[in-house]
Amino acid sequence: MVNATNLFFQFLDSFAFIVLSAIGLAIIFGMMDVINLAHGEFIMIGAYGTTLAANAGVPLPVAIAVGVAVTMVVGLILERTIIKRLYERPLDSMVATWAVGLALTQGARIVFGNSLSSIGVPFGAITYGEFSYSMYRVLLSGVAALVLVGAYLVFTRTEFGVRARATIQDADTAQAMGVETDRMYTATFVIGSALAGLTGALYAPTMAIVPGMGSSFLVEAFVAVVTGGSSVLLGTTLAGGTLGSINALFSNLYGTFMGKIALLFVAVLILRFLPGGLSGVVTDLRERMERESV
Amino acid sequence: MTDGRLGRREFLGSSALVAGTALAGCAGGSGGTTGGSASSSDTIKIGVLEDRSGNFALVGTPKYNASMLAIEEINANGGIDGKQIETFAPDPQSDNQRYKELTRRAIEQEQVDVLWAGYSSATRETIRPTIDRHDQLYFYTTQYEGGVCDHNTFAVGPTARQQLGMVLPYLVDEFGPRIYTIAADYNFGQLSADWVRVLADENDAEVIGEEFIPLSETSFGSTINRIQEADPDFVMSMLVGANHTSFYEQKASSGLDVPIGTSTAMAQGYEHRRLDPPAMANIYAGVNYMEEIPTERNTSNGGFVDRYFEMFPDAPYLNEEAQTNYFSIYMYKQAVEQAGTTNQEEVKAALESGISYPAPEAPEGSEIKLDPETHHVHHHMWAMRADGDHNVEAVDDRVIEEQFLSNTVDCDLTQEDEETQYTPQDYFEEAG
Repeated sequence: MVNATNLFFQFLDSFAFIVLSAIGLAIIFGMMDVINLAHGEFIMIGAYGTTLAANAGVPLPVAIAVGVAVTMVVGLILERTIIKRLYERPLDSMVATWAVGLALTQGARIVFGNSLSSIGVPFGAITYGEFSYSMYRVLLSGVAALVLVGAYLVFTRTEFGVRARATIQDADTAQAMGVETDRMYTATFVIGSALAGLTGALYAPTMAIVPGMGSSFLVEAFVAVVTGGSSVLLGTTLAGGTLGSINALFSNLYGTFMGKIALLFVAVLILRFLPGGLSGVVTDLRERMERESV
Repeated sequence: MTDGRLGRREFLGSSALVAGTALAGCAGGSGGTTGGSASSSDTIKIGVLEDRSGNFALVGTPKYNASMLAIEEINANGGIDGKQIETFAPDPQSDNQRYKELTRRAIEQEQVDVLWAGYSSATRETIRPTIDRHDQLYFYTTQYEGGVCDHNTFAVGPTARQQLGMVLPYLVDEFGPRIYTIAADYNFGQLSADWVRVLADENDAEVIGEEFIPLSETSFGSTINRIQEADPDFVMSMLVGANHTSFYEQKASSGLDVPIGTSTAMAQGYEHRRLDPPAMANIYAGVNYMEEIPTERNTSNGGFVDRYFEMFPDAPYLNEEAQTNYFSIYMYKQAVEQAGTTNQEEVKAALESGISYPAPEAPEGSEIKLDPETHHVHHHMWAMRADGDHNVEAVDDRVIEEQFLSNTVDCDLTQEDEETQYTPQDYFEEAG
């Protein structure tokens, strides 16, 4: 028997996990064509920054900010030293970021050991009848929605966003119009890094803090980016919604294992039948409506 | 890709390529070795392949450390039969491909007299064919699903039947007969769940629900809801690895307070030290050893715990497998001295002569016995409970013999050479 409240909370949980896993990767890939295979390690850095700060006695919200800040700095350093040499070279950037990821994982192991003591989940449980759900995990879906809205506003409603998108569309022309394209690339990469760091920071209380923890976000992250399609924010939102509801429904009915299988199966179907991804369908639809109304 | 932009499909394809390369790419390279390259007659060469990096570093490092402790103690006290021990101990990095190569190198080039190797069952099954081809004397020291009846292998850690057999009957007595099983979705978890069914049947209890969870999973919301819906008297958890550790935090934050029995949590990955209380509250581990077991040999001044942390002051925890590595090296010493040679067949025969050892897990005055017929150990087992502040105390203990191979399968390696792993499905209807 399906309990509707359970299903709803599981959907929110799954939606948040997919969106937050993917958003940093989606921005860096979608806007810059860099496939950041160190994405999981950026998430790990966010989680480590947060956990170390919280264990040092800093309140959790501040610790989360610390985690994000640390990841931004790491992202900035990597962009200035490695990534900036690899624009327009997507395959090379993959190999380079993969190597960076390996170095970061093992570096964390050498510096901080095999595990950090965790900080515990705040807020307790929502109880309803015989069931209960972690309040914190449910709240994360709200944060995921805020992140999507915030990113949308930054990239569409600010001068920075316009310059960044101009740089991505046509760097030469943008430069001719006075945009410092180098700086735009750096800023976009740092934003992507910050969002990956935020993901790690937010999930740190609910997970075991080990050097390899980033890899547990990668399946959802890559699947969401691929099924989302070319429009970064719309794609991530639709992927989170679609895959999240499939995952929640099948986990609820048949267990975690079938939830994962269903998620991957639907992703394969989307790839096969919607070559433009989920956001491609919406874009096509919009174009067709515009043509008809003309 | 002429314009430098990468399509979605190429992105996917190349990501998959890299993932594949990542799995295969860690082959090659060389490990460190101490001492000379071939064993000479005045030293004994021991191979120790335990993970100090990669996925199993957390649980593998204590195994490596405790092996070094035993070897250093033995060397300081005159060695084995007057011969010093040298080691071949590179880091296999939790990588089965590397294990395969290093095992071959240990046997063929380093010509080790005896080998300790591997954390997971997958690793053991990866290297066992190589070991059997060379009739290499091999100690496997992780707690495992059980059933390996192999002339060359001494699986001296506790089996699932011993661990679950310690904790499950206790929980049935304390809380009632309705059991919900959650287990990692691979060989070890599936077989452990089979044993839960067999043991439930033997103890007049009943498994009312079961879920197998992929090793990559970190979100347990739906699992927790399913447990709540089934409302069992207690849960048996055979979750494995860092990802699954998240379950305990999430069940605590969801307010799920059902008692949980386990053969995997706490004793190996010391979750009660790493996680914020009360994540592990009311969890009962069936183990042969963990740092907290209250035996004289373990906790006394100058006992096992003291000696370990004196040699490794920065080590976070002394885990279940570490003790198994430790006492099995002493069992090997005993067997070599009894045989008067390191000739592997003669040492195996000595090990099959009824060796016993005063291991830290056994209370003062008792020893644990190596069973000649099955190459397993009749362990002194403990049920250990963590409270709301993550203090761990013993609630029950007794000797539990290896039963599956001896009583059910009739494995007798003193009579017959075998190299088989038996599973409960072949023998028990409940496990089917």
